Amino acid sequence: MDEEIIISGRMNPKIDPILAIWGWEIPLYLFLGGLAAGILFFAALYTILGREKELPTAVRKATFIVPAILVIGLFALFLDLKNKLYFWQLYTTIRLESPMSWGAWVLMLVTPLSIVWCVAYWRDLVPNWKFKVEWLEFIEKQVNKYRKPLAWVMIVSSVILGIYTGILLSAFNARPLWNTSILGPLFLVSGLSTGAAVIMWMSKDHLERTLFSKIDLILIGIEIFFIIHLFMGFLASNAAQIEAAQLFLGGAYTLPFWGGVVVLGLLVPAILEIMELRGKRIPVALPAFLILLGGMVFRFIMVDAGQLSKYLY
Amino acid sequence: MRYAMVIDTKKCVGCSDCVVACQNENRVPIGYCRDWVIEHAKGTFPNVSIELRSERCNHCENSPCVRCCPTGASHYEDGGLVKVTRHECIGCGACVQSCPYDARYSHPDGFVDKCTFCHHRLQEGKLPSCVSVCPTECMYFGDLDDKESKVYQLLQNRNWKILAPEVGTKPHVYYLI
Repeated sequence: MDEEIIISGRMNPKIDPILAIWGWEIPLYLFLGGLAAGILFFAALYTILGREKELPTAVRKATFIVPAILVIGLFALFLDLKNKLYFWQLYTTIRLESPMSWGAWVLMLVTPLSIVWCVAYWRDLVPNWKFKVEWLEFIEKQVNKYRKPLAWVMIVSSVILGIYTGILLSAFNARPLWNTSILGPLFLVSGLSTGAAVIMWMSKDHLERTLFSKIDLILIGIEIFFIIHLFMGFLASNAAQIEAAQLFLGGAYTLPFWGGVVVLGLLVPAILEIMELRGKRIPVALPAFLILLGGMVFRFIMVDAGQLSKYLY
Repeated sequence: MRYAMVIDTKKCVGCSDCVVACQNENRVPIGYCRDWVIEHAKGTFPNVSIELRSERCNHCENSPCVRCCPTGASHYEDGGLVKVTRHECIGCGACVQSCPYDARYSHPDGFVDKCTFCHHRLQEGKLPSCVSVCPTECMYFGDLDDKESKVYQLLQNRNWKILAPEVGTKPHVYYLI
């Protein structure tokens, strides 16, 4: 028997019985951040590879939703702050040790970048459009002139954004479930996979759809490998991490994780995509929706379960 | 100077006076606390033991909360104290997540709050309020760099432990066992 009884004092609604200061805002943002990173990554990648003409959705159309996604994500982050009016203090300091600070600054770079990218392609969406303000036209000209260097900046910053959504969690050594370095790459790959799913969903072109269907399949494979790796790491680690892994291996999160994320969010869409590549007729919305849903549920589960895991002393 | 608190778990009776004293002294809002008492029961009858621990912020030497803070509101003070500057805190919750001892809470006024070792009292030459009220005098406070100090002597002569040493935080609250 090993029992711990709290005699007094710890009646903090925000701490006990579980430390759950982060509600829906942070996981929603982690999902949207990863999604935005995924879309921007592919837009930049295929610009660098010089395939803008072949892949119009990846390079142009899909990027139009990124600013909206990022703004919703930023707003969720803002709602999470307990002292909202002081949010600007994130931008009066640069703290290299703090993932939160990295995140704030990366968003400060990526959000304007994605808007500028869209401004330059605006005429694709609305032909013969005349910008009312001159400097918007100036931006458009400059972006079109320096498109390739801009794509390089964007690909790097989107990878940082995607990895950061995982590192934000993995930097907390107090929460054994998060404290694993595989979380950064895992969240990045998951973000790229959701981004590819959106492009696949929006695309009308058969060639582009097949390409992103294949990319998604590869990403799902990598994700499953990382998830296996995650649990191998936990089970080979210390008591606190073994305990944390139990949340997913028989504990409260077993069904949501293995059923909701791994089966419905990864395996089923993978099977559907393989069937489609083999010539079966599958509505593209189905695998794309499942991947997006799986990605979101994954973030919510990781943030919730992580706050339950703790050091044992 | 290195402030440290030494708590004798053999003398503690778990009366929670330290908790009430702290809430009073630091105007901790109702329902919240900066320190608390844990009763840790171990073993199977007849081989059972109980350990009582008054816990609080450990004012770690390697504080994850200071590392995680994006604005620099969580910081070190002289003597190794870890404090939060209220008007720099945006309440993002990163430090709350980073603390393996769950010592921090989100104050209803919109900042994160925790034990300060009663810094305001130290500046007046007084002891932290929890230490000063303990009826069994099981709590000691002092400077670990001062070899004459009671805390230094106790750690030299008694068996002690720190909480969750494997996290690598190097706490400044010691428990005599």
